[in-house]
Amino acid sequence: MVIADPLSMDTRSSVPTPRPTMGTSSLATAGDSSAPASEILIDIEHLDFFYGASQALHDITLQVEAKKATALIGPSGCGKSTLLRCLNRMNDLIDGTRIGRGTIKIRDVEINGRDIDVIELRKRVGMVFQKSNPFPKSIYENITYGLRLQGVKTKAQLDEVVERSLRAAALWDEVKDRLHASGLGLSGGQQQRLCIARAIAVEPEIILMDEPCSALDPIATAKVEELIHELKTNFTIVIVTHNMQQAARCSDRTAFFYMGRLVEYAETRTIFMNPGNPQTEAYVSGRFG
Amino acid sequence: MNAPATAHIFKARPTTARRREKTSFWLFRAATYLVLFCGAAVFATIVVKGSRSVFQAKAPFINTTFFTEAPESLYVFEYQGKKMELGDKAYRAFKAQNPDAATVKTESYVYSAGGIFPCIVGTVLLVVGSMTIALILGVCAAIYLNEYARDGRFIRFIRLAILNLAGVPSIVFGLFGFGLFVLFFDWNVSLLSGWFTLAFMVLPVVITASEESLKSVPKGFREGSLALGATKWQTIRKNVLPYALPGILTSSILGIARVAGETAPIMFTAAYVVRDKLPWDVEKFSDFFFQGVMALPYHIYVVSSKIPQNEYTERVQYGTAFVFLMIVALVATTSIVLRNHLRNRYKW
Ligand SMILES: Nc1ncnc2c1ncn2[C@@H]1O[C@H](COP(=O)(O)OP(=O)(O)O)[C@@H](O)[C@H]1O
Ligand SMILES: [Mg+2]
Repeated sequence: MVIADPLSMDTRSSVPTPRPTMGTSSLATAGDSSAPASEILIDIEHLDFFYGASQALHDITLQVEAKKATALIGPSGCGKSTLLRCLNRMNDLIDGTRIGRGTIKIRDVEINGRDIDVIELRKRVGMVFQKSNPFPKSIYENITYGLRLQGVKTKAQLDEVVERSLRAAALWDEVKDRLHASGLGLSGGQQQRLCIARAIAVEPEIILMDEPCSALDPIATAKVEELIHELKTNFTIVIVTHNMQQAARCSDRTAFFYMGRLVEYAETRTIFMNPGNPQTEAYVSGRFG
Repeated sequence: MNAPATAHIFKARPTTARRREKTSFWLFRAATYLVLFCGAAVFATIVVKGSRSVFQAKAPFINTTFFTEAPESLYVFEYQGKKMELGDKAYRAFKAQNPDAATVKTESYVYSAGGIFPCIVGTVLLVVGSMTIALILGVCAAIYLNEYARDGRFIRFIRLAILNLAGVPSIVFGLFGFGLFVLFFDWNVSLLSGWFTLAFMVLPVVITASEESLKSVPKGFREGSLALGATKWQTIRKNVLPYALPGILTSSILGIARVAGETAPIMFTAAYVVRDKLPWDVEKFSDFFFQGVMALPYHIYVVSSKIPQNEYTERVQYGTAFVFLMIVALVATTSIVLRNHLRNRYKW
């Protein structure tokens, strides 16, 4: 587990620092030599996705860079959650879903392949849900849930992970005195950070967040956004959001979806300052959606 | 007309709608009171008539014999100008002391003295065994239907079958149990036959209750667990079943009342009219499962229809019914208390 002391310099900057652009040259280190080489972690190509007979995603091609936050934006029902749930195969749980065409590769491994262990995949690709869903167990048990499933029993090890995860989720100071109280007793924002801590505890590589702040008040939202900034040092984050300021504040790259299609995918700054597509422009300027 | 026209809008006028409103209100109210009255009448009859057997004027005020003894024949005779009512054992002892008592004219009434202890024991055994079987089978089936099965024609057919099973009259279950367990499996009239017959009878109740409870566990608990890399079974065991179990148990308590009360399913499969030995009086352990027992509802049936009726048998009938009612009330109260308690504990 490699959660370094989280607090990088750009934590408080509200506009993301420029990152190397995607494209053919993206694998090479571009420009600024202090920026790490962007490595493509998730590679989605020509993805068609169906709920029964209705197609929810049309020909999505998108590459997500490692250790970056990628935001998926777009009006309600455009397929953001669907795409997100494809990445850890949560859609498997819904009857009648199917991938019509295309591939999703994580570290060059096709995750819908026959020999893929979904359990292993979900350990590597954690998820935070729109509606925070702490289990009706103690805070401690919530965090250790995933590890216990993996057979970790040593108390010292569990204790350590609990502290580290809670610290990484910026929740430690608030709950350290009541680790054994129910997770349901926390405030909405704390509950969502508990869910983030729970996801972190199993040491995933990627964390998927589906509108994690949509039920939170502005202060709690700010905390989670700050947290996302910090988490980027160690995790790759894909975040669905309804809130464009949020995408602008905490993502490096932004993908704009409309009616199941990827309309534009670029640097967050580009999407918001200088979008290449008139639909994107209309959406980010608040003219529809 | 000085007042503005709007003042009249709210003034009551007897319209058709208003009259109908009143009529329907009274209709519903009357129906409710009728139900209440019927219920009260049933309870009152049983309590009034039954309390004669269950309570007594002397301390400890509860007729312990009735709760702790087996049924006996009652002997009624006149001895030296006094009317005597003695149970079998007491009568024999009395005859031994007063040999001339044998010569007086004596009437005997079967099962009208002693108590109903073996029936209570039998009913408890039947309930515990059959509910255990029904819960195990029912919860497993509900987990399969609710958590694993994908909705399809076959699953819809199974659900329909379960629904139909709930509508099957209990006597049909009795006949089924008789054919399958008593005759075909050769278990004879036994606890085991009764357990399975009763279990099948309450299975629809248990499955439905379990499914409802499983459904009431938020989807987020399942998704959250699966997203952490849990298998489906781990998720169910650790993060669904614990929260569903209270609901399953409390709803199943209603099934207990049914199991305890049904006569038809056990009369061919498990119930004896009378049995001298108590169930734990067996030579080897396995015999325990292959013995018939007495049971409260069947005892009521026997004393109300299989023996000549008179004022003495009536006491047993209503006494047994009263005890039975108390047991059911106890179970229902337990269920409500348990539900409230667990509801407070498992909130989300
Ligand atoms: N479980 C489902 N079954 C059928 N259709 C669904 C399901 N979930 C989502 N959809 C459909 O897929 C489309 C995309 O939905 P979703 O990914 O939830 O959108 P978003 O998250 O962008 O609001 C919508 O048209 C929605 O109606
Ligand atoms: Mg969504």
